[in-house]
Amino acid sequence: MPTVIVEVMPKEVLLDPAGKATARALQRFGDGEITDVRIGKRFELTIDGEVTPKLLEHIGEIAKDVLSNDVIEDVISIRVAD
Amino acid sequence: MTHDHVPDTVENAAATPEKDQPFHLLGLKPDEYQRIRDILGRRPTSGELAMYSVMWSEHCSYKSSKVHLRQFGKKVTPDMTKHLMVGMGENAGVVDIGEGWAVTFKIESHNHPSYIEPFQGAATGVGGIVRDIISMGARPVAVMDALRFGAIDHPDTNRVVGGVVSGISFYGNCLGLPNIGGETWFDPVYQANPLVNALAVGALRHENLHLANAKGVGNLVVLFGARTGGDGIGGASILASDTFAEGGPTKRPAVQVGDPFAEKVLIECCLELFAGDCVEGIQDLGAAGISCATSELASNGDGGMHITLDNVLLRDPTLTAEEILMSESQERMMAIVRPEKLDAFLAVTTKWDVEASVLGEVTDSGRLIIEWKGQTIVDVDPTTVAIDGPVYERPMEYPAWLDALQADSPSKFARETEGEALTKQFLAILGSPNEADTDWITNQYDYYVMGNTALHTPDGAGMIRIDEESGLGVALATDANGRYCQLDPYVGAQLALVESYRNVATSGATPLAVSDCLNFGSPENPEVMWQFARAVEGLADGCLELGIPVTGGNVSFYNQTGDQPIHPTPVVAVMGSIDNVARRLPSGWQDEGENIYLLGVTADELGGSAWAGVVHDHLGGVPPRVDFGAEKALAGLLGAAAHEGMVTSAIDLGTGGFLRAVADGVLRFGVGARVWLDEIVSRDGVDTTAALFSETQARAIVTVAREDDVKFRGLCDGRGVPVLRVGVTDRESRALSVQGLFDIPLDTLRGTHRGTLPAHFGAVVGG
Amino acid sequence: MRVGVITFPGSLDDRDALRAITLAGGEAVSLWHGEHDLQGVDAIVLPGGFSYGDYLRCGAIAAHSPIMSEVIDAANKGMPVLGICNGFQVLVEAHLLAGGLIRNDHGTFIRRDQKLRVENVDTAWTNKYSVGQEIVIPLKNGEGGFIADEETLDRLEGDGLVAFRYVDVNPNGSLRDIAGLRNARGNVVGLMPHPEHAVEPGFGPDMPEAMSSGTDGLAMFQSVLAATVLS
Repeated sequence: MPTVIVEVMPKEVLLDPAGKATARALQRFGDGEITDVRIGKRFELTIDGEVTPKLLEHIGEIAKDVLSNDVIEDVISIRVAD
Repeated sequence: MTHDHVPDTVENAAATPEKDQPFHLLGLKPDEYQRIRDILGRRPTSGELAMYSVMWSEHCSYKSSKVHLRQFGKKVTPDMTKHLMVGMGENAGVVDIGEGWAVTFKIESHNHPSYIEPFQGAATGVGGIVRDIISMGARPVAVMDALRFGAIDHPDTNRVVGGVVSGISFYGNCLGLPNIGGETWFDPVYQANPLVNALAVGALRHENLHLANAKGVGNLVVLFGARTGGDGIGGASILASDTFAEGGPTKRPAVQVGDPFAEKVLIECCLELFAGDCVEGIQDLGAAGISCATSELASNGDGGMHITLDNVLLRDPTLTAEEILMSESQERMMAIVRPEKLDAFLAVTTKWDVEASVLGEVTDSGRLIIEWKGQTIVDVDPTTVAIDGPVYERPMEYPAWLDALQADSPSKFARETEGEALTKQFLAILGSPNEADTDWITNQYDYYVMGNTALHTPDGAGMIRIDEESGLGVALATDANGRYCQLDPYVGAQLALVESYRNVATSGATPLAVSDCLNFGSPENPEVMWQFARAVEGLADGCLELGIPVTGGNVSFYNQTGDQPIHPTPVVAVMGSIDNVARRLPSGWQDEGENIYLLGVTADELGGSAWAGVVHDHLGGVPPRVDFGAEKALAGLLGAAAHEGMVTSAIDLGTGGFLRAVADGVLRFGVGARVWLDEIVSRDGVDTTAALFSETQARAIVTVAREDDVKFRGLCDGRGVPVLRVGVTDRESRALSVQGLFDIPLDTLRGTHRGTLPAHFGAVVGG
Repeated sequence: MRVGVITFPGSLDDRDALRAITLAGGEAVSLWHGEHDLQGVDAIVLPGGFSYGDYLRCGAIAAHSPIMSEVIDAANKGMPVLGICNGFQVLVEAHLLAGGLIRNDHGTFIRRDQKLRVENVDTAWTNKYSVGQEIVIPLKNGEGGFIADEETLDRLEGDGLVAFRYVDVNPNGSLRDIAGLRNARGNVVGLMPHPEHAVEPGFGPDMPEAMSSGTDGLAMFQSVLAATVLS
């Protein structure tokens, strides 16, 4: 069965406390090549049947209304897994 | 974003007086904008416009409420202020509780953000009030919250309740502050406008008191904590555009994201800075961010400040100067530091991994000057920004509907006399959303952390030990009954005051001071303004009667769903002290065969009551009468009884009346009771319904060991508090028995009381 | 006996742990996460809290903080180490104890007075209890669900490494009701509930006898004092 992958990230202009704390911690590893971390969410939706454009549109709505909170998050990608 | 945004300089402003400025989009009225031009003798720069607009907003300037709030400072006696180390006007009031200890506490609203984004709105509400406490030099020691939501069965309520509660839980728990109490109400008037009022309390040694002022010419202005980002700027980004029309910048979000970890580290960092004597003055950054902090610190100090805005550490390098001035990024503080202390200051911030940057210095020029990229973008008298904002005497009007509402008394409803019908009424009240057990909410809060919590939810007041050696502690309670206030805002505000006062007294503590969070509809509605004025007057008069001062608080206007204002909701927090928290009074029964006494007299007062609301879906008539003398006598008695260890529990009577309080007594530890009403009915001349459900004030029930009966009655007589023995505790019965009316098994009571919130929001762990 | 309590940025119950050690009769010593000096302590407590905000995984960043290399070294040499709540999560992330701790099955933070059964008393931190003893200790966590694969769970059970189990109510979905673990040697113990919140009458959990009177956690700190005397 096909899988649709939805990725959600905190809005770029808002503080991402999780990413900030992790970035600070990573500075102890390596030579400072990693300058920032942002942490988002990845959803894998298993689909029964074919992924039609209509279904993708529907998933787009779900992603915006349910999987993310558009006050503080952005849906950055919706795609069918290979 | 317009990355090449050219800042509007003072020079430019003087040269282009006719430039069209978007003051109306920033909430300024034409006359306010003109006043800014008059003050400056030119048009404001866009940065100055940003500062004035946000500092002259209702939220920051109190422009509609100021003329009324002055009463809190005027209606005081020297005796009331003798414990007051810092009164109104600072970040939070400070009260001397003895043994060299002082306590600072304040309650503040975060209502509107909590509707837009309940989780972050509530979380940052907690964060903001805690920073107010730190900035007085105190270690925060506890939080509480007063919450108002829409109808419990409305489809949107679940979203708001879930978000707000988890936001408070997340932020407060991560800060390591015990959440020791609060209250939760559901009413359709709060549907699209929930109230999230957060209280924080902190303790400090007298010598550690810090104030928000910038004194000492040449002292450094240091911004530290989180970096400044685009949080909570909202409409301010309009200023970044020269055209502010089509193709302007992306509007920045109006919400802020909280980071409790950053705040926890900031608390410890600040306390270490205070201990090392590294700061002269300190101010937290909340609403209006750097605009507020710089103008307030300068106004309260030597009058001037010179800031280089380029030195602000940014999370987002695309921010414009105006946006930096208005950003409400959380977890930031501004300190005034002597130059020779800067190294020590930075050593502490480095230890805690807190970023800091020197923005400028204190001057005595009387001007707040802010530079950006080598040019002056702000040159103002800071007092015109922070202190001498507009003051309005808004029109007031007696509400056209009020007489009819007060005339619609619940006395029209038939009174039941049979046990079965009264049982049904009682269980309906006990399980109603506003009377139901709030474990679903409070089980998400940590009240253990710090190891000093002596009383907590569901006790009527929270209590914290301040001194681990002596046991010295403080008790706090909050209350507001919007239904009472709708019927009579003057009396309603006083009822909130006496209820909180009584809650504190019932814990065994002596009430000392008040903080308030006044939640109302639009001040531009003359009827709302009348409600506000009456509530403030009632509260000020009440504080004078009780002899406890208002030490600070907050006003929240524009709380309404569409055109429908909320019920006036003046949340009143009372703080009291107790010599030794070991003498606290439990709020439930633990022992077999103790006598139960009702203190105070009962009148037929059911206007605005839970009985009227739950049983008859009715709001009308007049609220219960307030008797300050009786309240003081009751509080004095409870304090003395606690001190002498004579009572084993105390529960105050509030909404739901006598039977509701008895239910609290049996449910707290699962010890049943037998009570009787005959003597209440005969002595006070009321019927059964009033004896069970009347909400007459200045009453409490206490338990006393049998052998202390005579002594206790003597104590009551000596203090002029009417007393009746109305029951005995009965561990074995596992039931609440009201003689001649009904027996209800504790399991039934518990099931009814505990089932309501889980039925709407999800199971409570462990049932 | 000197017992150290490590403060990480975001530690919350560190002062409570210090108080518990003092009440048990030990000498409490504050240790700082950023240093490499254990100051000659005889035992170590990793306290509760949200170290580094717990944003990555609970305890994950703290497990890599400077002082942890010394703690791991000392633990491997037999020094008693107790991890409470976030400290348990740190011990798991540092691989001193088995399994993992995930979001509570009901999805929310929970604070409750929790009944536990002491399953193993052959450790530095439980020798003052008796096997099968039921105790009441406050629990407060958002990510306390203990998980491990079946093989690991069977091994933990078989080797007697389950130190505490939830009784009556499993508050977070922990597999096999596991509330706390020990290591094979018995010097390292971790648990989600907070023994340091049940050490002082008046400030502990409610008990049938009286409100806030629970002190069932004190024996955990007394145990280590007895253990270090013996060793």
